[in-house]
Amino acid sequence: MAPSATIGALLPLPVMVYDAFTGQLGANPLQRAEQQTGLLSLTLILLSLACTPLRLLASRLGTRLLWPARVRKTLGLTGALYALIHLGIYLLDRGPGLLDFLQDALKRPYITVGLTAFLLLIPLVLTSRKDSVRKMGFVRWQRLHRLTYLVGALGVLHYWWSVKEDHTPPLIAAGILLVLFALRFVKKRSR
Amino acid sequence: ALPRKIYQGPYDTREPVSAIEDITGYNNYYEFGTGKSDPARNAGRLKTRPWSVVIDGMVKKPQTVDIDTLQGWFPLEDRLYRMRCVEGWSLVIPWMGFPLAALLRRIEPTSKARYVKFTALADPKQMPGVKAGILDWPYVEGLRLDEAMHPLTLLAVGLDGKILPNQNGAPLRLVVPWKYGFKNIKAITRITLTDKQPATTWSLIAPHEYGFYANVNPEVDHPRWSQATERRIGELSRRPTLPFNGYAEEVAHLYKGMDLRRYF
Repeated sequence: MAPSATIGALLPLPVMVYDAFTGQLGANPLQRAEQQTGLLSLTLILLSLACTPLRLLASRLGTRLLWPARVRKTLGLTGALYALIHLGIYLLDRGPGLLDFLQDALKRPYITVGLTAFLLLIPLVLTSRKDSVRKMGFVRWQRLHRLTYLVGALGVLHYWWSVKEDHTPPLIAAGILLVLFALRFVKKRSR
Repeated sequence: ALPRKIYQGPYDTREPVSAIEDITGYNNYYEFGTGKSDPARNAGRLKTRPWSVVIDGMVKKPQTVDIDTLQGWFPLEDRLYRMRCVEGWSLVIPWMGFPLAALLRRIEPTSKARYVKFTALADPKQMPGVKAGILDWPYVEGLRLDEAMHPLTLLAVGLDGKILPNQNGAPLRLVVPWKYGFKNIKAITRITLTDKQPATTWSLIAPHEYGFYANVNPEVDHPRWSQATERRIGELSRRPTLPFNGYAEEVAHLYKGMDLRRYF
């Protein structure tokens, strides 16, 4: 299960590279690649957040699902990878000038929010190894990894602020995130 | 193929013309969808003949005129202009059309007229974006009368020596090269002279982001992004954006004494 999730999550990358070299990313290829990697990142992070609710829902219906827990890490890590590529393309697009970038990051809320989400992903990636849970203790590890919700929320806000007018796609993402977050509480109460 | 026209008129930029596939394939035209390739995909179904343009308001000669009659009134000129989108990209476009000033002189604005208001077609049957909502239709734009009379201000009916493709605003679109692209209203059905500043589409949707003037200005950022640089479509690195999109010499005097941060 996990290998197929890895392949599925990474498949858009070679497709994008192929598109880039054959001119199929359109007239503004950097912007297109930036938008695609951003959307992929957010999608994968939302999918990783769906794993636990899905397992719990299944168990309430009497089915024991093992695969959601197994692919969760893959989804989270590939989501972080796309975030890294997304940030890389943004920096490439801006051109050199670290100072300008920092100024932009402070001055423009949607950059601030996006960069914060990315920085919050770093501790999550660093504690994604199997032995991290053991080293940290499950409770502390779990508490840290609840940050994923914050990352998702910041990601949605970043998406919202970056579109010019049609807010339907970020609204859909926000709706999914809210449902996933709500499912957490439903589960707690019913236990 | 015919050799490309040589653009050496006083108003032509000497910069290389953008690829025609980009000019006709990368468009913002929300009547046909919000994606950049939606207009090229969806605008083909628009019926641009017969087409009439209503000219009304504070003019001595109000009338409804057929597009072919209208464009027959004036000699068509080729103009190679830069086009800077508010989103931070730009193209160099070989328009064909006639100065708006020529039309205005013909219809004779009254002494009370101060602004020109343009209204676009909004037909849900032909325009999927209109059917879907998105903006408040019809799309409305406007110019101050002196801006409208400026020799750079063009009503375009053609592109690259041929009839204007639908996705570029056929049969009649405004081109004001020193302003952000959204001022260049497409598929014009009505031109109204008025004494009040028209409420324009984008400035109604997000008044803190899009103003009436919308002059290209690298020093006044969009609230969410910088306007200091732009990507010329087809180039990898960004280039600095020029005040009034490089037309400062021709138009800066129109805004003398105005606070361009306030009147963005």
